[in-house]
Amino acid sequence: MLSRLPFGTQKKIIIISFVALPLLLLLTFSYYPALELIRLSFTNWDGMSPDKDWIGFRNYEEVFSNPEIFGVFKHNVAYFVVGIVQNIVAIYFAIVLNGKLKGRYFFRLLLFLPYILNGVAVAYTFGYVFDTTNGSLNFLLGKLGLGSETSWLGTESFVNYTLASIGFWRFMGFNMVIYLAALQSIPSDLYEAASIDGANNWQKFRFITLPNIYKIIELNLFLTVTGALEVFDLPFVLTNGGPAGASETFVMKIIETAFQFNNYGLASAMSVVLLISVVLVLSIQRYFLKGRG
Amino acid sequence: MTKEKPLWTVTKYLSLLIAAFVILFPPYIIVTNAFKTPDEYLTKSTMSLPSNFLNFSNFSEAFTSADMGRAFGNTVVILGVSLVLNVLLGSAFCYAVSRFQFKLQGPLVGLFLFATIIPQITTQVINYKTIQSLDLTNHLMGPVLLYVGADILQIYIYLQFIRNIPYDLDEAAMMEGASLFKIFYSIILPLLGPATATIVILKTIAIYNDMYTPFLYLSDPDKVVVSTSLMRFFGVNSGDWQMVSSAILIIMIPTAIMYLLMQRYIFAGVTNGAVK
Repeated sequence: MLSRLPFGTQKKIIIISFVALPLLLLLTFSYYPALELIRLSFTNWDGMSPDKDWIGFRNYEEVFSNPEIFGVFKHNVAYFVVGIVQNIVAIYFAIVLNGKLKGRYFFRLLLFLPYILNGVAVAYTFGYVFDTTNGSLNFLLGKLGLGSETSWLGTESFVNYTLASIGFWRFMGFNMVIYLAALQSIPSDLYEAASIDGANNWQKFRFITLPNIYKIIELNLFLTVTGALEVFDLPFVLTNGGPAGASETFVMKIIETAFQFNNYGLASAMSVVLLISVVLVLSIQRYFLKGRG
Repeated sequence: MTKEKPLWTVTKYLSLLIAAFVILFPPYIIVTNAFKTPDEYLTKSTMSLPSNFLNFSNFSEAFTSADMGRAFGNTVVILGVSLVLNVLLGSAFCYAVSRFQFKLQGPLVGLFLFATIIPQITTQVINYKTIQSLDLTNHLMGPVLLYVGADILQIYIYLQFIRNIPYDLDEAAMMEGASLFKIFYSIILPLLGPATATIVILKTIAIYNDMYTPFLYLSDPDKVVVSTSLMRFFGVNSGDWQMVSSAILIIMIPTAIMYLLMQRYIFAGVTNGAVK
C-alpha cells in the first residue's frame, strides 16, 4: 500500500514516524531532567507540596560548606586510586595475553568472567569473603600465620579500599579486553621494524605500544574517574554506608536526601554538582585528546 | 623473532596464576558452601568441600523463599521488552536520520550525541517524579521506559554501523518498486545484524546486573527482579552464608552459561561498544 505513494511522501512519513518517539523519549528522560534539576536546585521543594520557594544559591552553599555532604567525595578517592592501579594491571595483562602464550584464550575468558556476573551477587560473594568471623579471607590469612581478626568492612580507615578492591575484581578484565583489542589493532610490522633497528622490549613498549593505545587509555581513565564519582551499589548493598558513614558515597547521599529526607532542592543541587564534575572530566579529556591531534 | 628471556616467561605465567587464584577464590567459596548442610556449615571450615555435591536442598529453599521464580519471570519480561524496543526504535531512528536529507537533520543527531555526556545516575531524582506522574512506579514498564528512553547507546552503535551499508542497495530496491518501509525492514534491519547483536549483548549484561533502577522503581514484592530478590533474601538470611551462597549461585549461573556459549560475540560486543 505504502509503495504506491510517491517517494517524497513516503520519506516524510518515515522521517516523522521514525524520529518522533525516540526524540520524545530523549527529551523526556535526558534533557528535561537535566534542565529541571538546575531549576529545582534553586528551590526548597520537598518533592510533594505544590509550592516551591526560590532560595537562590543556598542549596549550593549547603553542598559546598557542609562537610557531611561535600566531604563524602573523599570516600570516592579510594575508588579512583584503586581504579588507576586497575588500569595499570589491565594493560599489563593485555600485553601478556597479546603475546605468545599457552592458554591465552582460557585466561582471557577467566579474567573477563567477573564482569558479566550480577553486581549484587558479586557484592554478597565478597560479603562472605570479607566476613570477620566466618570469612574465607581471614581464614586463609590465619592459615598463613597472618592476622585473622581484621574487620575488612567494619574499619573506618580502609573500608573504602576494601569496597574498591571488589570493583577491581569486577572490572579489571573489562578494561583488559578493551586494551587487548587496541593492542591487536597495532600492525605487527611496526614491531618487526623496531626489532631490526635493535629496539629492546621496553623501547618497543614505550615508543610503539603506548602511543598507539593512548586514546584507549584515556577512554578507560574516563570510565574510571566517572565510575569513581558515581559509585553506588557496592557500598549500598554491603555496608549501607557504614561504619559510621565512612563508606557513604555521593550518589548514596543524593538518594538519601531526595527519597528519605524529601529535600528535593538540595538533592537536585547535589546532582548538578555531580553532573558538572562528570562533564568537566569529559571536557578535560577531550581537550587533551584534541591537543594531541 | 628474538628469544624470550626466561625471567619474563616465569613472571607472566606466575602473574597469570595469581590472577586466576584471585578470580576463582570468591566463587570457590560460594560453590563449596552452597552445597553444605547447616550442620556441615557449622562444623567444617569455610574452605573445605561439602560431603555431598548433590545436596540441592539449599537451592530449592533459596529459590522458593527468595521468590526467584517470579524474579526471573519479571527480569525476562523487562529484558525482552526493553531489547525489542531498543532495537526497533534505535534502528528505525538511525535509518531515518542517515538515509535522508532533511532540515534540522544535523542538529537532531547532535542533540542525541550530546546527551551521552549527561550521566544517567544524576537525573534519577527527576526521572523518578516523571515515572511517578505516569503512574509507572511499581510497574514493570517503568524500568523498561528508562532502559529504552534514557540510554543513547543503541543509537550511537547503529549510527556508526549504518554508514557502512552502501546506499546502492536502497536505490536498487527503489527501482524495483519497494516502499521505503519495506527497504528498512527487509534490507537495512537484517544488514544491521552485527550491530543488533552488540546492542543485545551490552544491554542484557547491563539490565540483568542493574540494581539501582529496580531498587528505586520496583519496591513492591510482586515486582521483584533478580537483583532485588537477592537483596531481600540477604536481608532475612544475613549471616546464614550457606543459604546466601546457594541464592548467589542461582543468580550467577544463567549469565555464566550464556558467557561460555557466546564468548566470541560478547568479546566483540564489548569492544565494539566501548571503542565508540
